[in-house]
Amino acid sequence: MDGELLRDPTRRFVLKSGAAAGGGLLLSFTMAAEGNAVEAKRINAYVRIAPDGKVTIASKVPEVGQGIKTALPMLIAEELDVEWSAVTVEQALADAKVYGRQVAGGSMATTLEYDGLRRVGATVRALLIQAAATRWNVPVDSCETEPGFVVSGKNRASYGELAEAAAALTPPDPKTLVLKDPKAFRIIGQSHKSQNLDAITTGQPLYGIDVVVPGMLFATFVKAPVYGAKVASVDLAPAKAVKGVRDAFVIEGGTNLNGLLPGVAVVADSWWAARKGRNALEIQWAEHPTAAQSSAGFAAKAAELAKAPPQRTDRSDGDVDTALKSAAKVVAATYSYPFIAHAPLEPQNCTASVKDGKVEIWAPTQNPEPGRKLVAAALNVPEEAITIHLVRGGGGFGRRLNNDYMVEAAAIAAKAGAPVKLIWTREDDTRHDFYRPGAWHNLTAGLDASGKVTAWKDHFVSFGEGDKFAPSCGFNATQFPCRAVDNYRVDVSVMPLGVPTGPLRAPGNNAFGFVLQSFTDELAVAAGKDPVAFRRELLGEPRLLGEPGKGDSFHTGRMRGVLDLVAEKSGWGRALPKGSGLGLACHYSHLGYVAVVMQVTVKDGALKIEKVWAAADVGRQIVNPNGAEQQMQGSILDAIGSTLRQEITFENGAAKQGNFNTFPLLRMADAPDVEVHFKLSDNNPTGLGEPAYPPTPAALCNAIFAATGKRIRSLPIGDQLA
Amino acid sequence: MAFTLTVNGETRTADVDGDTPLLWVLRDTLGLVGAKFGCGAALCGACTVHLNGAPVRACVTPVSRVGARAVTTVEGVGKTPAGAKVQEAWKAIDVPQCGYCQAGQIMSATALLTAKPKPTDAEIEAAMNGNLCRCATYLRVKKAIKAASGQVEV
Ligand code: FES
Ligand code: FES
Repeated sequence: MDGELLRDPTRRFVLKSGAAAGGGLLLSFTMAAEGNAVEAKRINAYVRIAPDGKVTIASKVPEVGQGIKTALPMLIAEELDVEWSAVTVEQALADAKVYGRQVAGGSMATTLEYDGLRRVGATVRALLIQAAATRWNVPVDSCETEPGFVVSGKNRASYGELAEAAAALTPPDPKTLVLKDPKAFRIIGQSHKSQNLDAITTGQPLYGIDVVVPGMLFATFVKAPVYGAKVASVDLAPAKAVKGVRDAFVIEGGTNLNGLLPGVAVVADSWWAARKGRNALEIQWAEHPTAAQSSAGFAAKAAELAKAPPQRTDRSDGDVDTALKSAAKVVAATYSYPFIAHAPLEPQNCTASVKDGKVEIWAPTQNPEPGRKLVAAALNVPEEAITIHLVRGGGGFGRRLNNDYMVEAAAIAAKAGAPVKLIWTREDDTRHDFYRPGAWHNLTAGLDASGKVTAWKDHFVSFGEGDKFAPSCGFNATQFPCRAVDNYRVDVSVMPLGVPTGPLRAPGNNAFGFVLQSFTDELAVAAGKDPVAFRRELLGEPRLLGEPGKGDSFHTGRMRGVLDLVAEKSGWGRALPKGSGLGLACHYSHLGYVAVVMQVTVKDGALKIEKVWAAADVGRQIVNPNGAEQQMQGSILDAIGSTLRQEITFENGAAKQGNFNTFPLLRMADAPDVEVHFKLSDNNPTGLGEPAYPPTPAALCNAIFAATGKRIRSLPIGDQLA
Repeated sequence: MAFTLTVNGETRTADVDGDTPLLWVLRDTLGLVGAKFGCGAALCGACTVHLNGAPVRACVTPVSRVGARAVTTVEGVGKTPAGAKVQEAWKAIDVPQCGYCQAGQIMSATALLTAKPKPTDAEIEAAMNGNLCRCATYLRVKKAIKAASGQVEV
């Protein structure tokens, strides 16, 4: 049984998942839109109804603090028609065949599941009605539901009474079901609290790092500071001599930066003993081709590439060069931003047990299936032999979309011959991230005599090789103002990179928003126009730029809507004392339109963010207003934290920063009040974990410009105001 | 060697090296995993517990230095009047996002309210400055402290 391994009576951590433990009824749906199980991947869920009417709903997507464990089950519960208080939520096992996409990433869960999971709930309700109609011998049409009950005339039965009969029926085609009129919603659109609040506030076991498996040992794993360097030599004896250390060994590893890398594992009775063993290790790392790379080297190369003709052109509309020649005014600026780490507060960790050809894993991952593939390859076991429990993650931000810790835990457990909990140190976590990459944008724009933008050119300098960008190092050339400016070009040059890179909250956009919206502000100043009025002109008439239904299409009217709303709420245009200023930015990402205004004061070089206003358009329905506010505020404060002080730099091929003293997180005293507004529009509901991040850095830097006249073109802000 | 500790009012023994941080004794030896590991260097506050009511970072407190002082963790802090109010306010306001820092936040907030039943904004910021929240739940942390001290309605 799932969870059996954790049922150590001396510990309290018990995971229940998947199977219909505890008596109730398991209704399993493979709701193939096209009638075949492969097609069903997005639309699957489990609902369990106990005889007492208690409903258990499985949440398929990993929870890392984005609140999805509340939002998705709400969709099912709404159409099922139960009281939310009767619902218990369980985390589903990782099983792509049953659940389809189980990824906490891209702010896509609400977008992709909004219709399908409501149909899951509606299907269960239809089955319960069918069971009641049969029991009472009345027409189905005469039956209605009240929360938790089916009623028909004087007949009334609870879902619990009907569950067994309902489970034996064939589910209707979900497409034929009529979903609720949103006006009748009782759960969707109401604020509901986070799951596991009791466990969190009383410190009950909940996170990956809390997992306990009987007979488990603790492990630490040392990798080379230079990514992928092999172990040249190591003396394991001093580590093995440390009290409590059971074993120490080399893991060969490979060259795939997303997979199992070479290193030395120390396995012990306690994590502290493992750490002490680790400290006793003397490891010589082999030479590595990227051992000379550094941030200074990247910057020098970027400057050289910016001066040279671009390696390629990714988009060219109209004729930028001619338009620039005839422009009344030309504005040019180079923007850059650093590598940054995800730094979730819970360091990477994973627990694995390898026994009799079977692998069981407890992982705080945002994306289990690629991890399963890594483990299968590393241990040479079939994917079906691997069970992955999705354990709550102490923050994700995209870091846990990679599964390096998972394959490390599995490889160490296999070699140790016992279940192992691998815990990284904070320094491991900071130095072995898949970083948000830095890049350079060399921008030139032309304005005509009326201040209209007639040309826009970006020579984007990033990392990659040949025609390929390194992971998460690309620029999608259709970013606004693409298609709104007649003469528009994106040129690209890349240089090689030996550092692992990957998605961080609002990948790409988290930096593009800073660049595009800061430069737009510069153009407004050059045109002598108010930043809001200038953006309204640039947006123009409400229309769709690009093709309907495409992720890179952009609706100018929706952006105008949030721009106007945030301008109104923030009192845009009001007079402020000297040294204070309002800054604005708006950006589209992850299907969401967000505009942010910030008020700052700079006094004697010290920056104070007084207040933030934000407006978002993510469609016609906010599923959980409570969670939506948390995600908006969280994304904005996250972006403020990185913009102020965060930077990862490289020397001798390795990251320099290690802990929070050198990679500082935002603190309470620096967190301004964030007022959040939503503009409902007649569009499908979309996710909120990310889109408020991208406009924030530019809103902050534009506010600093308004307050001081100093334009920040390179992040972090650091001591640039001193 | 064996250390005798008073944890949440109970007497517990732990047979560990004296340099073992209290955090790992609590988590790995005594099975109390509420205090969290975030940095291991007194830089984040996730491991905050009380010794005789005063907040300390358990990740840098060797078990040999605890002595006779009473250890209180987030698992036991609800037995104190301030702790119970703080936990209640945390739930009412739904402070956590990922939740990982919240045990430490709750322990620091409880120590603050025990010392200063009605803290000002500046006092809250000073007392909570060492507790990092990567999800940046600070606005709700502050509100919950004010609610727990009866200064705002939930
Ligand atoms: S883990 Fe102790 S302060 Fe961070
Ligand atoms: S709630 Fe995630 S670190 Fe604080």
